[in-house]
Amino acid sequence: MALYDVIFYLFATIVLVSAGGVVFSRKMMYSAFSLLFTFFGVSGLYVLLSADFIAVTQIMVYVGGILVLIIFGVMLTTKITGVDIKSGTLGAFQMGIAGLASLAIAVFMIIMSMNTQWMQKDPLAETSTTVEAIGGLLFTEYLLAFGVAAILLLVAFIGAALIARRK
Amino acid sequence: MEQNFVYDLIGENLIGYVIVAAMPLMFVLVYALVAILGELKISAWIQERLGPMRTGWKGVLQPIAEVVKLLQKEDITPANVNKPLFNVAPFIMFTGAYAAYAVIPFSSVFVPSGINIGLFYVFAVSAFAIIGIVMGGWASNNKYSLLGAMRAAAQMISYEIPIAIAILAVATLAGSLDMQEIIKQQAGGIWNWFLFGGTGSIAKVWVIPFTFALFLIYFIGSLAETNRVPFDIPEGESEIVAGYHTEYSGMKFAMFFFAEYSNMFVVSAIITILFLGGWQSPFGDFMNGPVWQSIWFISKAMFFVFVQIWLRWTLPRLRVDQLMYVTWKVMLPVAFVAFFAVAFWAMIK
Repeated sequence: MALYDVIFYLFATIVLVSAGGVVFSRKMMYSAFSLLFTFFGVSGLYVLLSADFIAVTQIMVYVGGILVLIIFGVMLTTKITGVDIKSGTLGAFQMGIAGLASLAIAVFMIIMSMNTQWMQKDPLAETSTTVEAIGGLLFTEYLLAFGVAAILLLVAFIGAALIARRK
Repeated sequence: MEQNFVYDLIGENLIGYVIVAAMPLMFVLVYALVAILGELKISAWIQERLGPMRTGWKGVLQPIAEVVKLLQKEDITPANVNKPLFNVAPFIMFTGAYAAYAVIPFSSVFVPSGINIGLFYVFAVSAFAIIGIVMGGWASNNKYSLLGAMRAAAQMISYEIPIAIAILAVATLAGSLDMQEIIKQQAGGIWNWFLFGGTGSIAKVWVIPFTFALFLIYFIGSLAETNRVPFDIPEGESEIVAGYHTEYSGMKFAMFFFAEYSNMFVVSAIITILFLGGWQSPFGDFMNGPVWQSIWFISKAMFFVFVQIWLRWTLPRLRVDQLMYVTWKVMLPVAFVAFFAVAFWAMIK
């Protein structure tokens, strides 16, 4: 069990440090690349929760799709328009409000996680495939949500093609 | 995890895990030397030259000399690059390339991790290569590097789509995303490989053209994924010097180089697993022991590495617009049709 704990704390550290990097770094590009390590760490935590399919999907969707999109956006705007994107500093008043709000959310989250009855499961137990279960649920119980999501994506796809075509 | 002989010998403990994780690395290092020699010699033979002849017998020690040269070079970080990102990019690139080896089964008794979504995993970790390339290209602070990185990312993202459909078709046919399971379903000789429609009665012949089409689509797409000729526009020497790794030298360049070569083996291994029976012997049960299986697997995959090298030295480079035409207007529709045919066959089988 000790090995499991070590791996958990390793991934948790990666997530926390890199998430700190995303929030605190002044350069947008550093934030975007820190996000890579955050996603990686989160998917590692998913693996520890025996959710292998979700972990791989996390990498697939967030690293392969969304992160590449973010980096493209930042990269093109910085290099082509010549404007160096940096986040500025706020005044003391705004900082105070933001700090209080973050603290309130953090306290709320901690209280909530202390009071929730989490599902306990032996983490090292051999798990059977999760793909079949997810697929079965998607096409029976959550078919409507699945269909709506598919149509939403199709609409976004056609819309993007239309906007790109007009120029 | 009964499918791993190392755990049977040592037991499932930390030492076992480290050995299992390191074994593909040993393979990659040796393989990269062989592939570099292959690249040098095959290019020479295609161009009616002799190639390297002076290091060892017929120049077989040339790759070792090249690696020693790369190791000895000064580690230069150009003055105006973005230092942290410039230094991290080669590591991200190699991590992404090496991560794929976690699920590649070299034999029925050796696969580093027998997860049941292996195929999906390989596909997902290829995203790290895109990030590594973009990171290196952007941090180099050089317009050629940035252009190369943009081209690489655009190309890799576009070609992922037909590749995904080809993979999906095989997953439908096998009813599994587990590499070992996919290979086990192709038991019983050449005729049962998924290239020939998998197991089934003689009625399967009508599906063979479609599986062949998917095989070709996957192969062409994998050339684009690894930035090999005819899809090497991200590093087209005549246009953008060397693309995203223009500013790199020494060991950091070597890491990009190793990543590219190990990616070449990964895509060849995936083709082998999906269409050519993985570690299955072509003669059914004959010569199908665990050691034979790894020999079969490595020789099939190395054959595709050879084809990639062969194509590199015989084909010209595509233009950017031709590249996009090929993927969106040729490969994608063909892949859709072939996918529906294969899915139909998987249903009625």
